[in-house]
Order: sequence, then C-alpha cells, then structure tokens
Amino acid sequence: MKNTSVLKRNTWRERLNRSTRHGDIPWSLLVGAMAILVLVVVLAIAWMLWTESADARAKIGWDFFRPTLDATWNPAKDIYQAWPFIYGTLITSLVAIILAVPISIGIAVFLAELCPERLRLPLNWMIEMLAAIPSVVYGLWGIFVFLPVVVAPIGKFLAPLSSLPSFAGTLFTGPISEDGTSRLAAGLILTIMIIPTITAISRDVLLAIPDTQREAAMGLGSTRWEMIWQVLLPYGLSGILGAIILGLGRALGETMAVTMVMGNANEATGSLLKAGYTMASLLALQFKEAVTPLHTDAMIELGLTLFAITLILNLLARFLVWQVARRTPQEARA
Amino acid sequence: MTRFQQLIAKNGARHRRHRRIVNGVMLSLTGLLTLMALVPLFWIIGYVIYRGAPVLNLNFFTQLARPIGMRGGGVLFAIEGTAVLAILACLFAIPPGVLAAFYAARNPNTPLGIALRFSTDVLAGVPSIVMGLFIYGLVVVPMKHFSGFAGGLALSILMLPTIIRTTEEMLKLVPHTLREGSLGLGAPEWKTNLSVVFPAALDGIITGFLLAIARATGETAPLLFTALGNERFDIGAIIQSGIQAHQSIFAVIGRIINQPIDSLPLTLWTYAMQPYQERIDQSWGVALVLMIFVLLIEIVARMWIEARKRALQG
Repeated sequence: MKNTSVLKRNTWRERLNRSTRHGDIPWSLLVGAMAILVLVVVLAIAWMLWTESADARAKIGWDFFRPTLDATWNPAKDIYQAWPFIYGTLITSLVAIILAVPISIGIAVFLAELCPERLRLPLNWMIEMLAAIPSVVYGLWGIFVFLPVVVAPIGKFLAPLSSLPSFAGTLFTGPISEDGTSRLAAGLILTIMIIPTITAISRDVLLAIPDTQREAAMGLGSTRWEMIWQVLLPYGLSGILGAIILGLGRALGETMAVTMVMGNANEATGSLLKAGYTMASLLALQFKEAVTPLHTDAMIELGLTLFAITLILNLLARFLVWQVARRTPQEARA
Repeated sequence: MTRFQQLIAKNGARHRRHRRIVNGVMLSLTGLLTLMALVPLFWIIGYVIYRGAPVLNLNFFTQLARPIGMRGGGVLFAIEGTAVLAILACLFAIPPGVLAAFYAARNPNTPLGIALRFSTDVLAGVPSIVMGLFIYGLVVVPMKHFSGFAGGLALSILMLPTIIRTTEEMLKLVPHTLREGSLGLGAPEWKTNLSVVFPAALDGIITGFLLAIARATGETAPLLFTALGNERFDIGAIIQSGIQAHQSIFAVIGRIINQPIDSLPLTLWTYAMQPYQERIDQSWGVALVLMIFVLLIEIVARMWIEARKRALQG
C-alpha cells in the first residue's frame, strides 16, 4: 500500500539521520581528520628527516657536530664535519638579530604609540611589504646593488677592528673580497628581512598592553619615553622576546638571499668579512649534486639540525607570547 | 631659601630638562628608524623596476627560452610552470586547510584543537628548504624523478599554516547570532557551517588564499629539489601531442605534472647565477614580474581584509 511505503522510507531516512545526528557525525569526523592530518604532516617531517639521516648519524656520529672551523667536508672521501655551516648560520643570524632588534622595537614603538592615526595603516603595510618581497628578489638586488654599494664599504670600514684582542679580532679578519660577498653581507640582508617579523609581533604586544598602565605612568608624571621605556617595554618584555625568537627562526632558515650574497666558499676562518656557507645555503647548492649516498644523508642530517633548532625556538617563542596573552585581561585587549 | 633648597631647585630644573631632552631624542629616533626601514623597500622596488622594465615586452611573456647566446626569447615556460604549481598547491592545501580551520574555530580548547594550533605554528616556522627535503624524501625518492607534482606538494605544505590561520580568523569573525539563528531553525551543524557560516566568511577566506598563493609563488627553496626546474617545459606542446595521440585529459594532466617544471623564482635564481648578460637582464625582468604579482596580491588582499574587519566590527 502507498501509505506504508512512504512510512518505510521515512523510517529508513530517519534511522540514518538519527544515527549520524543529521550528518553531524560524518562532518565532525571529517573536520577532525583534517586537523589530525596537519598534526601528521609535522610528525612526518620529523620522522622523514630522522630516518633518512639514519646512515649519517650511525657512520659519522658526534664528529658531525665537532665545533672546529678547521673542519673537512669532503664528499670524495666521505668525511663530513658540519661545524662551519652551523657556525655560518649562527653568526649571520646573530648579526641580523643584534642589528634588527633595536630597529624593530623602535619601529614597533613608533607604530603602536606615536604614529599619527592617518599614517598608521600605510606605514604598517609598507613595513609588512618588506616581508612580502620574494627572497630571490632580495638576493638579486643584494648581488648587484647591496653588495657593492653598502656591504663593501662597510667591510672596508670594519677591517681595522681586526686588531681587537682574541675572538673579537678574528671576527673582522679582512680584507673583504672586492665584490663584497661575505658573512657580513648575509647578516645585513637578513637584518632587512627579519625587521617586519619582529616589528609586527612587538607592535601587537605593545597594543595589547592595557591603557591603565599608560595612564598610571603618565599620572605619576613620567614623560612619554619614560612611560615606554620603564613601563610598556618591561610589561611586554616576554612577548617582545618571543618576537625576537621568531625573527631569529626566520633568519636561521632563510635560504635564497643568503646563498646569493654569501660567496659560498669554505675557508677555515670565523671572520665576518670572509665568504662562507650557512646550513640552508649548503643544502641549496649541494643537495641536488650529492656525490655519494652518505653525502645525501649527511645533508639530510643538516636539515634535521635546522628543523630541530627552529622547532625549539618556536616552542620557546610561543610560550613567551602566550604568557603575555595570559597575563593581559581579556577586555583590555581588542 | 636654604642652600639645600637652592640645590634641589637647581638640580630639579636640570633634571627636568634632561628628561625632556631624552624624551624628545628617543621619540624622534623611533620615527627615524621607521623611515630608515622604508629605505630598502623603495630602493629594491625602484631598482627592480629600473632594471626590469626595459626587458619586458610581448616576447618576454609569450616565448620559450632561447639557447644561451641568442638574444630574445621569453620566460613563458616559467609563467606556465608557476601557474601549474600554484594550482596544484591550492588543490592540495585548500580543502584540508579550510576543514582544519573549521575544527580550530569550533574547538579551540580541546586537546586536538591545542595540538592543531601548535602544529600550525610549527609548520609556519619550519624553514622552507626543509619542506623541500621532506617532499624529496616523501615523493621524489619513491618516484625516482623530480616532478611538478612534488613541487606543488611542497608549496602546499608551505601554504597550509597561512590558510588555516586566516580561515580560522575569518570564521571567528562571523557573528554568533548568524549561526545560532541557523541552528535554531533546526539546521544541523554541518549545514550551518557550510551554507551559513562559510558563505558569510567567504570573501575574507579567499583573501587568505590569495595571501598564501602570493607567498608560495615567491618561494624558491622548496622547489630546488622537488620541481627542479625545466627550461624546455611547454604546456602547448604537451597538449598538442596529447590531442594527436588521442589521450584522455587525465593522461595529459598526468604528463604535465609528472615532469620537472620551472617557476618564476626558480628561473630568476638560475638565470642570475649564469655569467651571461642577457640571462642576467632577463632575471631582472622576471624579478619585476614576480614582485608586481606578489605585491599587488598582497595590497589587494590586505585592503579587502581591512574593509571586511571594519564592516564586521561596525
């Protein structure tokens, strides 16, 4: 009969609907699965780098990380000591951080506290445009403009510092090469590239500080600078530290621009004025042309090192930024 | 006035002046630093236009590379390659990214939600060259050859965190009343999400995609040992031979993504490293095209997001 068949279909549909809560269970499973997928990607990156570098870790051992600049990286003899590249990464990032931090915090203070309302948006955008320019374009500009016009003169200017005692002196052992390619060049170009990262986060940290802090400082008779220096910056310190660490992470992993201006030569010197490699630039230049399987594995171990360093830095930075967010009352933000 | 009071008054005045001067100097210094940071921006943009503009002509966009030593020729192969890579990356990154963002927006405080946000942060921080290594191990080694497929996958992982973050942010901006209205009318959660919340946030989400695409198209490092680069890449020829051999559209697409492929930043990098003047000139042209493309998307997307935020926050 007509009536029962309609009823039957309804019950079948109803049962399906009820068992899946009108499709909500498949939906939440799908959405949850995609969330898990993102997790899996991160784990897979770590797992892949770990297993692919197994040979290198077994055969080379801790000799890989021995901190000596007089190291050998010889694919023909299968000897791999990575310290010069690790040193290159660390020293260029250090230069970039030392230069970029005061500049970025200055800019962040200006954008958050002092900038006239009308200029705020365009200035914010322009600073963030610096982060949008592709890294290869930085590199190209670096080779043909930045190196000869900026780096080479600075290098010549810094060369007399080589008479400084001990380690400080060795940092400036010159002379810088004619075209200016050097670790210094990489450090300087990284400075420009990480300014937007540090600035943007520090600015947000400053903006998140409740106005009561500012009012209290001004009410006690401090000047604006004293308010910024003695109240706002200490209040947001851990957030700003987080910003600095994220900037450092970006500097450590930057590849193309650094490769293009660093000269890529292996000299047994720690001097800023000499050419060198970073971990990333070595990967960019040698990975495709790996000679032996162990050569490939050793470079993957280098990638693993890079991954581990940036992972730890990210953890640290997130923790610091999170601390600020937790301390700031919800209604004072916005 | 006692001598002591005089001293206080005098020092107080000096102290006040000192504070005023420090205040003025430091505040103007911050403004100066801001100006200083803009110098490289305009220097780079200006110089790239100055060197790149003379190279751009119709041939530059419509012709393939000529052998070294011959003048002329274009970078059509790189433009096609960039488009293929961008499409692939979007296909791989957008569906999981958007769905994961739905999860993140609804469940920020469940264990999986916290883990998701954490892994998004980690992904955003992984150096792009390490992504290249990962895909090299995951795709290139088992397949035994470099391919556009591998390059697209590498870029998609790079895009994933941007897509998740902006989508999540935009979904959260949708007013609660809207979803409550839909749920109150009896629509199930998934229907509310897909046909009410998602359309309301759609234009913001699309700008997020645009930003992610802009960043991904500028990337070189993850492509070095996945897409590899291929100056002889020519979609037109592949399609033509496919039609002549009566191949299905899937076979043709398979052939397009199954071979090494070039992209604008990759071409820029190989050309800039070659000791031939014409190649270097062309690399400036590529730099200009790339920069205009990326900056234009960035500006449009930001204006769009800004307008949207203003509209939603009233």
